[in-house]
Amino acid sequence: MDSYLKAVRCCLEEMKAQVKDKIDTIYFGGGTPSFFGGERIKTVIDCIKENYELVSPEITVECNPSSVSDEFFRIHSEAGVNRISMGMQSAVDSERKSLGRISGTEEIEKAIALLKKHGIDNISLDIMLGVPGQTMESLNESIDFLISSDIKHISAYMLKIEEGTPFYKIQDSLTLPDEDTVSKMYLHTVKRLAEAGFLQYEISNFAKDGFESRHNLHYWRDEEYLGVGPSAHSFLNGKRFYFERNFKSFLSSPFTIDDGEGGSEEEYIMLALRLSEGLSKERFKERFGRYPDNIIFERAKELEKHGLVEVTEETVSLTPEGFLLSNTIIGKLLD
Amino acid sequence: MNKKKENIRNFSIIAHIDHGKSTLADRLLELTNSVAKRDMSQQILDDMDLERERGITIKAHAVKLDYKAKDGETYELNLIDTPGHVDFNYEVSRSLAACEGAVLIIDASQGIEAQTLANTYLALDHDLELVPVINKIDLPAAEPDRVAAEVEDIIGLDCSLAPRVSAKTGENIEQVLERIVADIPAPKEANDNAPLKALIFDSVYDNYKGVIVYVRVVEGTLKAGETMLMMATGAQFNVVEVGYMRATGLEPTDVLSAGEVGYITASIKTVRDAKVGDTVTKIQNQAKEPLPGYRKVNPMVFCGVYPADGADYEALRDALEKLQLNDASLSYEPETSGALGFGFRCGFLGLLHLEIIQERLEREYNLDLVTTVPSVVYYIHQTDGTVVQVDNPTHYPEQAVIDYCEEPITNAHIYSPAEYVGAIMELCQERRGVFKDMKYITTDRVDIHYELPLNEIIYDFFDALKSRTRGYASFDYEIFEYRRSTLQKVDVLLNGDIIDALSFIIHSEKAMGRARKIAEKLKEHIPRQMFEIPIQVAIGSKVIARETVKAMRKDVLAKCYGGDITRKKKLLEKQKEGKKRMRQFGTVEVPQEAFMAVLKLDGDN
Repeated sequence: MDSYLKAVRCCLEEMKAQVKDKIDTIYFGGGTPSFFGGERIKTVIDCIKENYELVSPEITVECNPSSVSDEFFRIHSEAGVNRISMGMQSAVDSERKSLGRISGTEEIEKAIALLKKHGIDNISLDIMLGVPGQTMESLNESIDFLISSDIKHISAYMLKIEEGTPFYKIQDSLTLPDEDTVSKMYLHTVKRLAEAGFLQYEISNFAKDGFESRHNLHYWRDEEYLGVGPSAHSFLNGKRFYFERNFKSFLSSPFTIDDGEGGSEEEYIMLALRLSEGLSKERFKERFGRYPDNIIFERAKELEKHGLVEVTEETVSLTPEGFLLSNTIIGKLLD
Repeated sequence: MNKKKENIRNFSIIAHIDHGKSTLADRLLELTNSVAKRDMSQQILDDMDLERERGITIKAHAVKLDYKAKDGETYELNLIDTPGHVDFNYEVSRSLAACEGAVLIIDASQGIEAQTLANTYLALDHDLELVPVINKIDLPAAEPDRVAAEVEDIIGLDCSLAPRVSAKTGENIEQVLERIVADIPAPKEANDNAPLKALIFDSVYDNYKGVIVYVRVVEGTLKAGETMLMMATGAQFNVVEVGYMRATGLEPTDVLSAGEVGYITASIKTVRDAKVGDTVTKIQNQAKEPLPGYRKVNPMVFCGVYPADGADYEALRDALEKLQLNDASLSYEPETSGALGFGFRCGFLGLLHLEIIQERLEREYNLDLVTTVPSVVYYIHQTDGTVVQVDNPTHYPEQAVIDYCEEPITNAHIYSPAEYVGAIMELCQERRGVFKDMKYITTDRVDIHYELPLNEIIYDFFDALKSRTRGYASFDYEIFEYRRSTLQKVDVLLNGDIIDALSFIIHSEKAMGRARKIAEKLKEHIPRQMFEIPIQVAIGSKVIARETVKAMRKDVLAKCYGGDITRKKKLLEKQKEGKKRMRQFGTVEVPQEAFMAVLKLDGDN
């Protein structure tokens, strides 16, 4: 682990020459940072402070509720971590088991209490929609749990079984809710969370007012970021690139792989339309020096009739129904 | 060179498709040393890729062979290969008119088929001497005795001397040449001193020489430098070159004389100035009467041809122009469709001709095409007494101004093993056929004669016939009259908008059935979209069939964080690629396959 820490520090020091902007968010994610340990996270944060200009940063750590302790959160809090994201996936035991999660709702409740004790109240939980065995009833159970927990942020992801995942091979033996049901679950979730004060701000993300993930908003506003670690992606000075996936080679000699240009108008719009705020003419102009093509607004008006999109003088944004078809709609608007 | 007219033999080879016409022609070329064996790619005469693949001849070809016969004399054999399909009947008849005889090939296992008879009758109409040849004796299923008896019974040709050959292995081919020399007469009344009369039986466009006109000189002579006159079109040209067609290429000569087959070049720009069937004469010493039998060929089947990618419009126009240089029977004019954009309304001799042109456009010119439902030419009698010819549903008049309509009717003959009679009659009944007659050709083969409307044939009749008779039936038809009929124009609406490219004209009794099938097919082929899409099929404002394409439920990438952005961009690109194969109608996207599927409605039977 210490050789990994060394490699990360090395990279951070090396990359600083390329980073001109101030840093306002840090995110420890991708896997189980809690396994990395609080001390090491503190070391990395310190290293960033030494090398970069930090401005009241939002510092998030993803963690697994079953592997946390009082001590663990104390170190985090001292290191400056002010946001915790925990994977829950479901509040129903049987569903959680099918997803391979072991920690139960009691552990989550315990973790939340510990976090409060150490002054971290910006907490995010996630749930999955469309998991094997899930019904509207069981979904409501999960939502009830989320609403009753003292948290600020929720991510709700529709399960997609992709090639290469363990589910892929056995999908025929799983009792998966059909697409119609999953779509209903999604719209139902959006509605219930809104009623409880968690407003949708992105396809899969919901937050109490002011607690949107600042870090993730950077992605969707097509802003630049630096990622360090095996297969961590960056968008820096107009270029997208990522570190090689191999863990060992990251330790010995980390190198990056080119992933094309970033920040095109199309990319910007594609990402903006994931957000509830949508595409804003003025913001677009600030960024690109001109207004977006009017045809996008014309095409959007056509879709507005079907309740998929909302169009104002200034913005185009997708409705929850539109988010469900967002791949098609974004493709259509950008055609 | 001393030309002995009594040693000239002008003949063609006629056969049903796949009975081995081109292979036999190849063997004749080989045996007369007209082409070195090592240069023989199979089937020299069919020089278009498409012809070779489909095993049919589209254009007529001619070649001059020298044969030293067993009697010690050297003969000049002019082989005129004929197009092998009913769509090209007129061209066949002109090729036959250029001959004194024909080699009739019959497959030793299949026996007499539809086109064997059709071509035989054509040949007999032209008073040709027939030389029967029984081919494919190398096949295990060959029954030359039975087939010979069939030919004697049905056609009444003496087969006692008929060569039994294998064009594939070359067995007994020399016998064919001997029978040609012995049985086919030399040109009759071939008078060099009479005014020139030469029959055009084909013409091809050549980039360097312009149009090469293939002729049979009936009377008179023609030399380079003389001025020739096309008697039907009135066009005049200065002859640049005359000569013979050899298997290896053109062979110029000083003079073409009576009885001979050869070519003329005269800087002619388009094949339309050298129409098949026209008579060539000279300005000096002009013939009084043209040779009989010329007629203007009119397209019978029409359809819209559109580039899949609108940017290819110019390329499509160039390609059609080039094809027309060589194919006077292809017609085209620009048309615009609300659904398909800019394209052309093309006229064809028949369905095969349509398919051939479509395939050539796609293969030789690399064009991706969308075609509309083919239509025949209807005569619409209007209440004001005028008659309009309609080959495009878009131009169909309002029902209110129509007095009555007429549609083309064909005489159709289907030849089949007797066991399929039931299936064939059922099919013909479904296609509004009127039964005329049924003859047993042999104890187990029948000739079923129906009157069938042409517009029932152009909707995949061939495919349906083949699938219902396991490919054993053969089919031949000829338009013989226009007959009063109750027709209706049917429109297809997607999301409330008429898709003009899918409109069609149909007999009123069949409208409902076809409407339902079309609605079902479209439902099957139009992918779910962002909202529900009603499919309606309507006559005027009356909807007679409807289906609904349900709305897509879910198409979303739930997670899109730092590492997912490039992937999402690629997804977007892929989506755009897929869209290129779609046609946009208002807010509805229709894949090109949907158009094709509507054309092949009965393929499921």
